[in-house]
Amino acid sequence: MELLAFGKTGWGDELFYATLMTVAVSITAMLVGFFFALIFTPLKLSKYKTLNLVGNFYTTVIRGVPELLVIYLFFFGGSGAIMYVASIFGYYEYIEINAFITGSMAIGIISGAYSTEVFRGAIQSIDKGQFEAAKVLGINKFGQFYKIIFPQMLRLAIPNLSNVWQITLKDTSLISVTGLVEIMRQSYIAAGSTRDPLFFYSFAAVLYLLLTYVSMKLINKLELRYSRGY
Amino acid sequence: MDFDLMITSFPKLLGATVVTLKLLSASLFFGLFLGLFFAILRLNKNIVINKFAYGYSYIFRGTPLLVQIFIIYFGLGQIEYLRTTFLWVILKEPYWCAIIAFTLNTGAYTSEILRSAFQTIKPGIIEAGKSLGISNKIIFYKIQIPIAIRQSLPAYGNEIILMMKGTSLASTVTLMDLTGVAKYIISTTFKPIEVFIVAGGIYLFMTFIIHNVIKYLEKKYSFQQ
Repeated sequence: MELLAFGKTGWGDELFYATLMTVAVSITAMLVGFFFALIFTPLKLSKYKTLNLVGNFYTTVIRGVPELLVIYLFFFGGSGAIMYVASIFGYYEYIEINAFITGSMAIGIISGAYSTEVFRGAIQSIDKGQFEAAKVLGINKFGQFYKIIFPQMLRLAIPNLSNVWQITLKDTSLISVTGLVEIMRQSYIAAGSTRDPLFFYSFAAVLYLLLTYVSMKLINKLELRYSRGY
Repeated sequence: MDFDLMITSFPKLLGATVVTLKLLSASLFFGLFLGLFFAILRLNKNIVINKFAYGYSYIFRGTPLLVQIFIIYFGLGQIEYLRTTFLWVILKEPYWCAIIAFTLNTGAYTSEILRSAFQTIKPGIIEAGKSLGISNKIIFYKIQIPIAIRQSLPAYGNEIILMMKGTSLASTVTLMDLTGVAKYIISTTFKPIEVFIVAGGIYLFMTFIIHNVIKYLEKKYSFQQ
């Protein structure tokens, strides 16, 4: 137990901050994912074949390639890509992006592919009459989406989004390969310096279980809230 | 775009694909039996057995695969007693550690898939079997299992694809699978995009094959209308 003490003698506070880091990366990645889903869901639902192709390409590639490979692409290629963009604007200095941004971008793009599928499924399962009724009532396109389709879609999407959240939360453990100090990386450091990997990795497992458990409880509440009236 | 690199790295990556496929097939094979075993435990009415099976699937589905591999590969070696037993022959090999971790992980997901498949079987079908005087054992093997397999095919297909992606984590315990070799080539040439296209292409090709095989099986074993 003294291994988990707070302060200089133990790893308690380090692991606590690492847990916060995991939560922060997961939330950022989830939001980045929503952003991507916002772009690609309309593409997948569009009536134009070319746009469908772009949307399908994104979800198929990301969901068919290991997360670790995507992370390596971002880790090794991230600063190169940014520097290339910067060089167009006439900036030639070396740019290093920090591990948090690389990590949450990489996980965000992965989580976005799953979110896109969830939103697409949810919109498609809304009764067609709802779209028609909104149109007949003369509500403008913006209102149709935000006041009628979106709230219904959210209710249908939340159970599946909770799965996406779980996947995202667990995927953040892979960012440890880039050196970002989240739960996995901190456990690796602690295990290395105390030569007690069994304890620290098991403790990391407990922390992840705790995070999934707490988030499940919160999402269940949210689900209840959005299914009022059903 | 460095096309030469893409061409020269292709055979290397293809060689590493063999390792990925070996890991995948071994863990799916063992995982299926483990999953079936735990699914049957889940259906047991005894609350202790039931909770035990639930705990197993909860723990392995609630923690990242990376943690599981690390506990098995780095953690178990720490127990002095294990080093003296024959198990150490297996546990000192990263290859077998990876297979054990993948098997336990996919076993947990498979048990959930099979459990829900068993539970969606209409009670009427089992009752019909009983009223025909078929023994419980034969009802289970000849009626419940075939229906459950058919029911769980789509979900199990997803699990195979997830597991194929999961095998990439073997590269974190020094195994040179497809991702491991891809990372090695990237870190020596600093050409991430080219290598990603080739390695990603191989993974996508495997996903495509698995997807279509499952689709074919689904059609083949679909219920007669």
